[in-house]
Amino acid sequence: MRNAMNLEFSSVSANESFARVTVAAFVSQLDPTMDELTEIKTVVSEAVTNAIIHGYNNDENEKIYIECTLDEDVVELIIRDNGIGIDDIDEAIQPLYTSKPELERSGMGFTIMENFMDKVEVISNPGQGTIVKLIKHFTKSKTLCN
Amino acid sequence: MSLSVHLTTKENVLLVRLEGELDHHEAEKLKKEWQKAMKQENLQHVILNLEQLSFMDSSGLGVILGRYKEIKQTGGEMVVCSISPAVKRLFDMSGLFKIIRLEESEAFALQSLGVAS
Repeated sequence: MRNAMNLEFSSVSANESFARVTVAAFVSQLDPTMDELTEIKTVVSEAVTNAIIHGYNNDENEKIYIECTLDEDVVELIIRDNGIGIDDIDEAIQPLYTSKPELERSGMGFTIMENFMDKVEVISNPGQGTIVKLIKHFTKSKTLCN
Repeated sequence: MSLSVHLTTKENVLLVRLEGELDHHEAEKLKKEWQKAMKQENLQHVILNLEQLSFMDSSGLGVILGRYKEIKQTGGEMVVCSISPAVKRLFDMSGLFKIIRLEESEAFALQSLGVAS
């Protein structure tokens, strides 16, 4: 079965927990393991935090969009902002790279996304916002007779 | 769910116990409270107890690494204890265990710093 939902919310840091908890509640219908749920929450947190800090430079008057699609046991997440975009995507996704070292960023956001998801795609151009597309296959449901 | 920060001292060790969720939103508050507590006299080392921490992302790694660097400058040590498998994965991924020691419990962590618990 295919199922989808859309979220739109202000680029306010308090919404980082709102976003991950909401997405986790939606994907729960696929009966994921606790580890899978934690992975989904973590990657949503990373992508939304990136949008707030980097995309929008902490401007709280902008919007962040999340599109989540479930298709059988596959979750697709699209997290989008209309912020400043990324100059060099290859550099941005390097482990430990951060464009804002003064803010105590660990530079591990994209590395975590790549570790926790099956596929990570970043589409961005300077001045044109950023789209992060994340795909994950959940392990097949444990109960076959339902 | 937000983050509760519990700070106590034992001899020359600051005990930081975190409860709840540590993300970018909570990281700034934690940094301020932690830095302020560390200014107390005679404090040298830090034990970070993550037993009650239910969620953490890379912003948490950033704030922990930031405090590690400060403690290191004054010759102190940071020890992490009671870590959950999910948070441990992030520490492993970022290589933080190469610089921050992991102990099973707070009692072991205190012992490793020469403090009777």
